[in-house]
Amino acid sequence: MTAPTSANASHDEWLDAIAADEGYYLECSNGHGSLPPRRACPVCGARDIEQQPLPATGTIVTYTTVHVPTPEFDGETPYVTAIAEFGPVRLTGLLRGTDPDAVARGQAVLPTVDAGDDGRRRLRFEVVAE
Amino acid sequence: MSPPRVAGAGLTHFGVHPEQTGRDLFAEAALTALDDAGLKATEIDELYYGNFMGELAEHQGHQGPLVAEAIGVPERPVTRYESACASSGVALHDAVRAVRTGEVDIALVGGAERMNNLGTAGATEGLAIAADDLFEVRAGVTFPGAYALMARAYFAEFGGDRSELAHVAVKNHANALPNEYAQFQREITVKEALEAPMIAEPLGLYDACPITDGASALVLVSEAYAADNDIDAPVVVSGAGQAGDTLALQDRRDLFYTPATSRAAEAAYAEAGIDVEAIDFAEVHDCFTIAEVLAIEALGLYDPGAGLTAARDGGTTRDGSTPINLSGGLKAKGHPVGATGTSQAVEVTRLLRGDHPNSDAVADATTGVTHNAGGTVASATVHVLEVAE
Repeated sequence: MTAPTSANASHDEWLDAIAADEGYYLECSNGHGSLPPRRACPVCGARDIEQQPLPATGTIVTYTTVHVPTPEFDGETPYVTAIAEFGPVRLTGLLRGTDPDAVARGQAVLPTVDAGDDGRRRLRFEVVAE
Repeated sequence: MSPPRVAGAGLTHFGVHPEQTGRDLFAEAALTALDDAGLKATEIDELYYGNFMGELAEHQGHQGPLVAEAIGVPERPVTRYESACASSGVALHDAVRAVRTGEVDIALVGGAERMNNLGTAGATEGLAIAADDLFEVRAGVTFPGAYALMARAYFAEFGGDRSELAHVAVKNHANALPNEYAQFQREITVKEALEAPMIAEPLGLYDACPITDGASALVLVSEAYAADNDIDAPVVVSGAGQAGDTLALQDRRDLFYTPATSRAAEAAYAEAGIDVEAIDFAEVHDCFTIAEVLAIEALGLYDPGAGLTAARDGGTTRDGSTPINLSGGLKAKGHPVGATGTSQAVEVTRLLRGDHPNSDAVADATTGVTHNAGGTVASATVHVLEVAE
């Protein structure tokens, strides 16, 4: 077994890094971005993967307001889930404390971490005030 | 190598049958397909079976032997395929390859899914696990939510809005009206579709397929077996393609295009030796109205951005140039997840043979295509079915 690195860190370890403002993504030798855990680049298969700092904010590229949830999200419905672009990678997160009608593509978001009703930690976005 | 012939096709009613077990649903469809072929179960060489959420719905893994046993051939080689909503599409892809090479003379391929016993929340959770658990499900992405993310990206790229999607639902409900196997044999209006409650914006209740119990099966026989045994099977599976994509939407470059479908279609059309112009009609994976739009574009039937208005403008209706989802599609016929891929091939077979209630819409057709997708089209299969010369 090889020693764990930031590249094949567990999802919770990666969330810990985001929570500590030390968020990162992975970059292969051919410049493709990805997220851990990775032992090979998901785009080209390169094994040479390095950690890069995650841009502080991302930009919403698409979003949805979910009205019919899975049981874990019963207490939070309706909620907005968005995909946001952080440089060469995109992340998916729940939007915190935002009026669903005020969400728009192009808005800037900060990545944060919290735990859902089921105790599972997950990525959340906070809209950056303009 | 000769294309396999479809000797028999069978379906259960698609709908709400929470009391019926998956094994019983499958037996009903499989025995119907065998009767249609005029073959006995003991004549089957191998079985290929698609099922997605059996562990959640019935606390039942290891379903292969269970379904072989359910039709009386427990000793036969049988494999369960799991590729989310494309489970029986990939089962069909493998069955076609096995019969085409002559390694297998008679294959039974099908799928079954029991969902309604889980309730809406349970089925929503069951469907959600087709997405990436770490990056999507934890962030609240449901199955409708994932397609909503794609729909919004599509509108941002090409324009348009959900009012055009309503025409897809209206068309597919109209097509399901005479289909005795369909979950919804009733028409809806654009107004009803647009006024229905939202599920995941911009998708509402009538943009979404229902939660369905059901099963489907086909009997494939080799060209040689059909000839030697004088089996009447006019329809052949002349092309089969399968392709993949990243599981999570966030890892794809474009969210308004489904390249796995295009790659699967390219392979299937090449194998069948056809161009897209040869396609008379298709059954495509419309788990949501936007999914039908993405499918007809990726299949090459419409240019990117042009598929959105196809139903509204009549190109894909029963009188259109290329009717889409004459069965009613997943939207109105229903979507028993693991049964959908082979049910599409059953419908195309019946449409080509002339024994489907909508066969008159494609009376002169010789070529139909099926498109089955798993998750947000991280798995895709495309099959070409033709009336043999």
